[in-house]
Amino acid sequence: MWPPSALESLRAQVRQIEGQHRRATPSLPFGVAAVDARLPGGALPLGALHEIAGGGNGAIDGAAAALFAAGIAARTRGKVLWCLTRLDLFAPALAQAGLNSDRVIYLEGGDEKTILACFEEGLRHGGLGAVVAEVARLPMTASRRLQLAAEGSGTIGIALRRWRRQTEASDFGQPTAATTRWRVSALPSTPLPVPGVGRPRWLVELIRCRAGESADFELEACDATGHLRLPADLVHRSGQAEGRRYSASA
Amino acid sequence: MVLAADAAAQAAGLHVGMPATKAQALVPGLVIQDADPTANSEALERLAFWILQRVAPIVAADPPDGVVIDAVGADHLHGGEAATLAMLVEKLAGFGLRARAAIADTWGAAHALARFDARPGLVSEPGNAARDVAPLSIASLRLASDMVRDLHVLGFDSVGDVLAQPRAPLALRFGPELGRRLDQAIGRLAEPIEPIRPEALIEVRRAFAEPIGAAQTLSRYIRELAKQLCGALERRGLGARRLDLICQRVDSRAQAVRVGTGLPLRDVKRMTRLLCDKIETIDPGFGIEVMTLAATVAEPLLPKQSSSNLIDQPEPDVSGLMDLLANRVGEKNLYRAAPVASDVPERAVRHIPVLAPETGAEWQGHWPRPSRLLMQPEAIDTVALLPDHPPASFTWRGVRRRVKRADGPERVFGEWWKRDPELTAVRDYFRLEDDAGERYWVYRAGDGEDPLTGSQRWFLHGIFG
Repeated sequence: MWPPSALESLRAQVRQIEGQHRRATPSLPFGVAAVDARLPGGALPLGALHEIAGGGNGAIDGAAAALFAAGIAARTRGKVLWCLTRLDLFAPALAQAGLNSDRVIYLEGGDEKTILACFEEGLRHGGLGAVVAEVARLPMTASRRLQLAAEGSGTIGIALRRWRRQTEASDFGQPTAATTRWRVSALPSTPLPVPGVGRPRWLVELIRCRAGESADFELEACDATGHLRLPADLVHRSGQAEGRRYSASA
Repeated sequence: MVLAADAAAQAAGLHVGMPATKAQALVPGLVIQDADPTANSEALERLAFWILQRVAPIVAADPPDGVVIDAVGADHLHGGEAATLAMLVEKLAGFGLRARAAIADTWGAAHALARFDARPGLVSEPGNAARDVAPLSIASLRLASDMVRDLHVLGFDSVGDVLAQPRAPLALRFGPELGRRLDQAIGRLAEPIEPIRPEALIEVRRAFAEPIGAAQTLSRYIRELAKQLCGALERRGLGARRLDLICQRVDSRAQAVRVGTGLPLRDVKRMTRLLCDKIETIDPGFGIEVMTLAATVAEPLLPKQSSSNLIDQPEPDVSGLMDLLANRVGEKNLYRAAPVASDVPERAVRHIPVLAPETGAEWQGHWPRPSRLLMQPEAIDTVALLPDHPPASFTWRGVRRRVKRADGPERVFGEWWKRDPELTAVRDYFRLEDDAGERYWVYRAGDGEDPLTGSQRWFLHGIFG
């Protein structure tokens, strides 16, 4: 195949071509080595659009996806604009994920068009720390505009995908201009030696990543500061945390 | 003679037009005062100014007892026409004034519907002015009382009767006034409203030699007007909280745009942006002759030091973005959440304005809360051991789930000071996890033993992540 030195020189050429247009983008590491290793640049790029959806029943209620987004937003600096159409988001849960009530501004839009327009306004302004919008459909043109607006201002934009019916959730396969695409599904929580529910666990799938490969991880949910964690029993198992592929079930 | 009677007076048997002596005979100990028409009209003007500040840009007094408002361009700020009427009537009731209101296509129709139609808060559909006015009596047409009497003598009772007649014989008998009022009511004749202007209003005006209509031209002149207005505001040290842009068309109708801000504003770019966002709502018709930009509500705006510390980074100012979004979706759809010291989950959050200062308060308690709270708790069927055990399985939306792990109960007591039934009511919340890992927040209305504490039925209230 290709000798390694030729690959390296090709990579350097590509980096040089891209480097004319790319500034050093600020980014937000997850703090979990397994996840950060899969992202280009070792962290989640801040001036970009990311898509998060729930898996299984989460495609309709979007509970785990909302907490995942809240954890990311909690670790940025500045106010967070959260645009929604369905009014079932419970603010104390966001506070428990690290996103204090003083930082979040809620916007209730009547329809998706308004939400996408306000999403773009929020990203373009540049004074917010993060903008989260709960949308069901994200057309390609809209996502391209959002990605450009996010790049221009350096604000992270999170499109939380949530549908009304399970059949509509197949819309998640449509291509968009988002930098990364995640799917968060609920898994049984950390087992405790006593009766009770331990720290919740999620199956976080990185379905699509620009300039990177897809992967999935089993992680423990956000703590009070918005950080995720690798489950303790998986840390001690050598070499099995990476490279595990689940066949797509939902 | 009695000139006006409110509900209490009418209950005592007094009505408008009754001689004062008869009124004195009906109600013993009645105090008689002369009517003061100038004071009445001044009070009506003050009411019109108050409405100008809060409801719509084009307001005029409609003597002797009413106010006419052009609702175009302002009803979106209050959430629609019916909501605007309800809000207005409620606010006036708070002052102790009983008001009747109606919305219709024309001044004449709205005047008639507000005074003579039995349904309160009527919103007449566009184009239905003639149909809605037809069943009302002729006295609703703002005609002289002897003309009304003559029409009654001739056998005309309702407006519909007069509308059905050919116009020429009526004009021969009664003059052009009758035809004019009829046309004004059904919309064939325009009746422009002369908006009132308080004296201290800061206003800039631009008249055009040729009527303009294109959106680009409008935005260019809006920017010029905004520049002039900001200059005028700066000379007085004020910032605008509410801006009204009124465009007078060649057919003497006016189109108005109203924009509100959270903090006093004096920045030309932001003002232009807020106004140009609403250009699509202006219908230029055959052309716009005069554009007027007024700062209806202005507050002092003093220069402020932005960051005093050379080391700290100043927090970015989002008030401009908030103004833009609030004018797009409505002010009550943009808010921040603040904690309420209440255990009951549906009461634990209240909405505060976006630019309110930070409260610093947080929700107390270490029990985890679900990220999605259903707006109405949904009833579920469970298999559970009373009184303290969580369910072993439950059925929600037709799907049976077996509970693998559970936590709880978290006991939430009712707030007896809010409602009487909550004196003994109790909810036991459980956090349930099923085989697949989905986690739910479920409660039992009651403590499992005492029927006074609740119906002992189970409900699902939220979904955890």
